Amino acid sequence: MTTTAAAPTVPAVGTRTIRLRRPAGSDNRAGWLFATPFLVLYILFLIGPVIIGLVISLFNTATVKSGLGHWVGGSNYADVFKDAAFWQSMWHSVLFTLLTTPPLIILPLLFAVFAARISRNRWFFRLAFFAPYVVPSSVVCLIFAFMYTPQTGLISKVFSGVGLSAPNFLGSTGGAWLAVTLLTVWWTFGFNFILYTAALQDIPEETYEAASIDGASPWQQIRAITIPLLGPTTSLVLILQVLASLKVFDQIYILLYGGPNESTRPVIEYIYDTGFTSYRGGYAAAATMVYFVVLVVISAGWALIRRRRNQTANA
Amino acid sequence: MTATALPTPKGTRRANSSASTGIKAFNRLAATCLILFALIWLIPFLWALITSLRPDSEITANPVSIWSNHWTLHAYTSTATTNPIGWWYLNSFIISTLSVIFTLVVCSMIGFGLAHLNFRGKSVVFAVILAGLMLPTEALVLPQFIEFRTIHLLGTYWALILPALAAPVAVFVFHAFLKQIPVSLIEAARLDGAGWWRVYYQVCMPLCRPAISAVAILTFITTWNAFLWPLLVLTQTKSQTITVGLSNLIGGSAIQYAETMASSVLGFLPLLAIFLLLQRQIVQGVANTGIK
Repeated sequence: MTTTAAAPTVPAVGTRTIRLRRPAGSDNRAGWLFATPFLVLYILFLIGPVIIGLVISLFNTATVKSGLGHWVGGSNYADVFKDAAFWQSMWHSVLFTLLTTPPLIILPLLFAVFAARISRNRWFFRLAFFAPYVVPSSVVCLIFAFMYTPQTGLISKVFSGVGLSAPNFLGSTGGAWLAVTLLTVWWTFGFNFILYTAALQDIPEETYEAASIDGASPWQQIRAITIPLLGPTTSLVLILQVLASLKVFDQIYILLYGGPNESTRPVIEYIYDTGFTSYRGGYAAAATMVYFVVLVVISAGWALIRRRRNQTANA
Repeated sequence: MTATALPTPKGTRRANSSASTGIKAFNRLAATCLILFALIWLIPFLWALITSLRPDSEITANPVSIWSNHWTLHAYTSTATTNPIGWWYLNSFIISTLSVIFTLVVCSMIGFGLAHLNFRGKSVVFAVILAGLMLPTEALVLPQFIEFRTIHLLGTYWALILPALAAPVAVFVFHAFLKQIPVSLIEAARLDGAGWWRVYYQVCMPLCRPAISAVAILTFITTWNAFLWPLLVLTQTKSQTITVGLSNLIGGSAIQYAETMASSVLGFLPLLAIFLLLQRQIVQGVANTGIK
């Protein structure tokens, strides 16, 4: 990453190189002019909310009234840490992550490996698997709510067709988690599938040749060659999936409204409820900051681990 | 992939031929699995489409039939009259298009600066944007709401467009792509007397088509599909986006299945059409930006 800071080395005639290498005043000005529009937006709308969140979490700001309200120090944080409803909603987000991450890594990996063995009609699999990903959450929820209808819905029928009694998908906690997990796997499967497919294209075919001459079965090749070589991709898919799952809101809110009885309410919906239904802006900001720190720690931790691993790999 | 095509040393021929039938059988199994799953994956779309074309009385009588004796578009006309779907489309379209245009301009400019210009503090700028990749903006809707309330932009298109533009991912896509343009080309243009703006606009941007299409498509899809932030910002029924508007239909009219499914077909059809047209670019774009 740091290499970009170095001046481009130009293997050219002396005068030209000197002219380009000198950090000329005009270059400096042009550089900043090109960077400024983005930087302004970046500071206002990416850094801005972080700072604003930090500030109002120390006040009893109301979401609908203008003005900061009164200084309350760390008491919002103390309340958040004591609030069982907050920790419950955090647990729901973590539970959703635990439920969705394994299938959303294993299935895309398996199917990408299968698809790589088929040379014809790959577009069909891309279409079928990736198309749901471009569809808005509300549309996905409308269709699945219809399919989850007790007794008459398609998925309920499938359950009774194979002799199982269908769970009450939208009315019981267990059924609701199953409903949301199935929906999410269907909806976002294609994204991870595409990442794996792209990574598989980078593995040269010669890698397999030696193994197949030695008579290794396809399954042995997949286990001993493909999956280990896909390690870095799996690490990437894992972190992207964990972060995406921890940020779940749409499906649970639209399909279940966090119910039944708030038993699936994720942390973003908790913030939404306290901030926009009860208008406790300062308190919801404190909850936001706690949740924000958790997410940043996870992604920074992953970046550090990956960096260290790359360094030891290069050494 | 095709081990059978390889010349085989004498001693291993037998083992190999049995292995090759094994490979064939395995490939057939893989293909069967894939086709089965791909068909399952398409069912929800087909299901919504078929239901939307059946009359309600038939759906109530036999909800899971895939055939109708009276195919009808009635559900489409009725959902279009009860819901301002036209408005929702228009709002989504304006917001997504403007977000795409501004994102392309702003992010390609800084990407160019980082790739080809030496300015003081460049490494700091680069590091700051890199750190921005880790900021989970979706988690920050509450402070963002307070910010937009303070600057009086709630309820406007700008409230949706402006935050979408601060996209570090797009900057890195452009940066990575622009870095590949040889310095000698830019030098030559400079020696011919072109200013930096012309180098950016007339030399680099035309060479950047793949990056432009990747960023454009992904920005369009993310802004079109955004849910929580537009839900908070656009509160008038007519000013909502299609994604938020359609979510109101859930649970509302539980018996009008055909109408609900007609609405969802209207919701997914334009995106599926875009996807079919631009399949290759979309898939490439996801593969490139996912692996930052």
